[in-house]
Amino acid sequence: MAGKECPPYRALLQKNFPIPQGFPHPMRPMDDMLQERADEGLALCAANGDREAFGVLLERHYGLVLGVGMRLLGNRAEAEDLAQDVCIGLARKIRSFRGEAKFTTWLYQVVLNAGRDALRRRGTRAQAQSDFAQLDALNRAGEADRAAQAHWLRQALAALKPDLRETAILVLDQGLTHAEAGEVLGVSETTISWRLHEIRKALKAQAAREDAK
Amino acid sequence: MTDELDKLESAFEATRPEPDHAARRRAVEAALGAYDAENATAAQGSAAGARPTRQRANWFARLIGGLPMRLTYKRLNPMLLGGASLATIAVAMIVAYDYPKKRLEGPDFAIEQRQNAADTRDESVALRDDKANAPAPSVPAESAEVQGSASVQAVPSTKPQDRFQAQVPNAELEGNLAGAGNRSVDRLIGGTESDTRQADAPVLQKSVGEATGRDLAARRESSVLETEEMAAEPRSRVALKEAKQSTSSAQVKADDAVAPTYQDQGRDNFEEIEANPVKVVTEERVSTFSIDVDTASYSFVRGQILRGVLPQKDAVRVEEMVNYFPYDYPLPESRETPFRADVQVIPSPWNDQTRLMRIGIQGYALAEEEKPRSNLVFLIDSSGSMNAPDKLPLLKNALKLMLEALDPDDTVAIVTYAGAAGTVLESTPVSQAGRILAALERLHAGGSTAGAEGIRQAYQLAEANYDAEGINRVILATDGDFNVGITDIGELEGFVERKRKTGVLLSVLGFGHGNLNDALMQALAQNGNGQAAYIDTLSEARKALVEEAGSTLFPIAKDVKIQIEFNPAAVAEYRLIGYETRMLRREDFNNDKVDAGEIGSGHRVTALYEITPAGAGQRQVDALRYQPVTELEANPSELAFLKVRYKPPGGDVSKLVETVIPRSAEFDASDSRTQETRFAAAVAGFGQLLRGGRHMGDFTYDDVAALAEGAKGPDRFGYRAEFLNLVRLAKSAAALEPLK
Repeated sequence: MAGKECPPYRALLQKNFPIPQGFPHPMRPMDDMLQERADEGLALCAANGDREAFGVLLERHYGLVLGVGMRLLGNRAEAEDLAQDVCIGLARKIRSFRGEAKFTTWLYQVVLNAGRDALRRRGTRAQAQSDFAQLDALNRAGEADRAAQAHWLRQALAALKPDLRETAILVLDQGLTHAEAGEVLGVSETTISWRLHEIRKALKAQAAREDAK
Repeated sequence: MTDELDKLESAFEATRPEPDHAARRRAVEAALGAYDAENATAAQGSAAGARPTRQRANWFARLIGGLPMRLTYKRLNPMLLGGASLATIAVAMIVAYDYPKKRLEGPDFAIEQRQNAADTRDESVALRDDKANAPAPSVPAESAEVQGSASVQAVPSTKPQDRFQAQVPNAELEGNLAGAGNRSVDRLIGGTESDTRQADAPVLQKSVGEATGRDLAARRESSVLETEEMAAEPRSRVALKEAKQSTSSAQVKADDAVAPTYQDQGRDNFEEIEANPVKVVTEERVSTFSIDVDTASYSFVRGQILRGVLPQKDAVRVEEMVNYFPYDYPLPESRETPFRADVQVIPSPWNDQTRLMRIGIQGYALAEEEKPRSNLVFLIDSSGSMNAPDKLPLLKNALKLMLEALDPDDTVAIVTYAGAAGTVLESTPVSQAGRILAALERLHAGGSTAGAEGIRQAYQLAEANYDAEGINRVILATDGDFNVGITDIGELEGFVERKRKTGVLLSVLGFGHGNLNDALMQALAQNGNGQAAYIDTLSEARKALVEEAGSTLFPIAKDVKIQIEFNPAAVAEYRLIGYETRMLRREDFNNDKVDAGEIGSGHRVTALYEITPAGAGQRQVDALRYQPVTELEANPSELAFLKVRYKPPGGDVSKLVETVIPRSAEFDASDSRTQETRFAAAVAGFGQLLRGGRHMGDFTYDDVAALAEGAKGPDRFGYRAEFLNLVRLAKSAAALEPLK
């Protein structure tokens, strides 16, 4: 291990994420490739035992993991637990990262899986615990609007079917394109578009029910 | 009506959670711990040695990986558009290097640098060498030889002071664009410029220079700037997100880098102590306590006072301070009675109405050939919190010292625990000292602390090599900051207590200050039939592990309890000084199931009672008007009756030793035979003053010094002289450590 200076990820890197010729070239807009390479490069380093690369990767994407966790589980405490579990799990899983997909795509899959497990474990306690701490903090900060929004959002998400919820989180919250979301969820781009349509319908129905009350 | 999806999106936007820094850190540390465990199993221990090299070899790859490239370019473009004459943009990147470690490695560093340079070229990202000197604040446009029209300077910045990293936590890597007239950067750099330059150790500069032919220009930029600039970008949300991510990725490494010199303050955790009250003999004649051979409190108090700060009150356990010092008590004659009790009574130095009764218990000292074989497992905390000069490095040296005190056929194993526990060295006889030393050298600190898992593995190892004839002991070296796995003191206690029954003992060595969890260490040592010692200096390590190795390693009696029955005809009131955490119920004295302290070979234990003789002019507690009318048939020539219970090291049934304390044990203060007692009294007085001096009248630190001065005796190792210094320093010590 000690003498293994150059892990075999380089060739792979170059093959899958080639660096554009002529870099650095300030007059050229930065290619998305490089941003990708930043993640995937790190992930491949981490898969090959580079501890610091792993650390940077975690730091960089902790927010992503927490954010998705928070949307799925509805409260910060559980989301932080989930995020920690995911991070610990990555220590092993990162080895299976081959650089064949975008790192974030892969990570979203990991987080969503963990989230589904967590929800399943929560089982009969179907009603997500309300994050009173967050609402309280917002209310105190005089941000009643945001508190109301947070409340509405939690209810709206909880009412959606799981696949719709995940789609909404990926596309509307995380800002993925339909194609990217499709890759994460293993469905086609058009399915995502269709699901968004479904979400719109479901939300409208919810609103109508609210009004009727 | 607005679109439902827009509504959803804006709700997402409004409530996007900010990651909590502490939670993030916990998660990352835990994950890194797990990662270490993963890779340790893959590399079987050699990972520890290999890691630093790989890290450095990869530093540029990571630098490129961690750098938000897109941002760099976006910021580049407006500047290019703004100034056509700008032929060169220098991008300075700073890597905050872990300097102290590198300096230790000396010559290797240059080689590493060359490797890095080679690596750097390997990456097809071209690094243009900037021939001209580029003094930090302004990069003259003509200074750079233009190839691709941008030059990247990689500047490994070294930093011996922690201030650096504390000020700019995210200085780890910052893409910094410095063009002519880039004032905002200059402004920011201004304040830190001198620091940075100063930090460039000449040696390093040279070696890097030789290796890469590149001049060093150190540049730093606060991430605030980056964030501000990003805010102007059209895709502000995405950009901000990225900026945050880049800051945070820089943050974690900056945190890593800070660790070597980061110092926790005021997080030492001690059990609360309520000082023993004055008891009236007619109401409560019997006083029962367990002996305490620990000395951890004195070392900790010393460390604090030498730092110019008074220790927190709960850190001062008077009995441990008194027991720190060797006293010259008469030795027991044979192994049959493993210890001998010696009692003296002298006038109390701080109250002319009271007297001090000093009870000294001297353990039998095993002869060299009597010493059983030791099967030791060093359980070493190698978590990130141990990464301080007074922790892991001191610990390594302490254990090396200890090896000297061991016999060649003793065995030593090493288990470390950080995020995960791992066996570093299987049981190895001390005759193969080289292997043990090499294993010690390989230790390095990092990750969180899975203390419980470490303890479990250490016990497993000790049991695997169990020697029924010998001493089987786990020696836990830690700052007590367990934060992964079982962290509940009660559960750990329970575990250690069960393991004690298997015959494996546990001793605890405490290290460091600022974040010492003394409460946990005490709890573990007391339940593991061992001692807790606090190691703050190498000489303390020598005292605890070499000079007193016998008493640390070889118990001659266990569950030693003391019960004293005072004679109301002679003693009106009594107060036990110290031993607050060791008090036992009266009935516990005869209950062999109740755990108590151990005495090691040659060890001595001292307990002091402040007693008010019957008939003293002024009592501390007024006598009651309605006393039970009893004839005191007792013999006023006896002060008290002393009973000591103990079990032989291997036995489960206790034995009893009884002695009458006669009036003849009373001495004048001037009697030269009371020297040891007077010194003990001085230490006890000092301890009580540090705790607030509730019963101390107008006794001052000067009085303590005078009393100790007169009772110094031969003081072979200078412990008592050191005590005197401490007393003098305490006079001017601050009540609270100022925040640094």
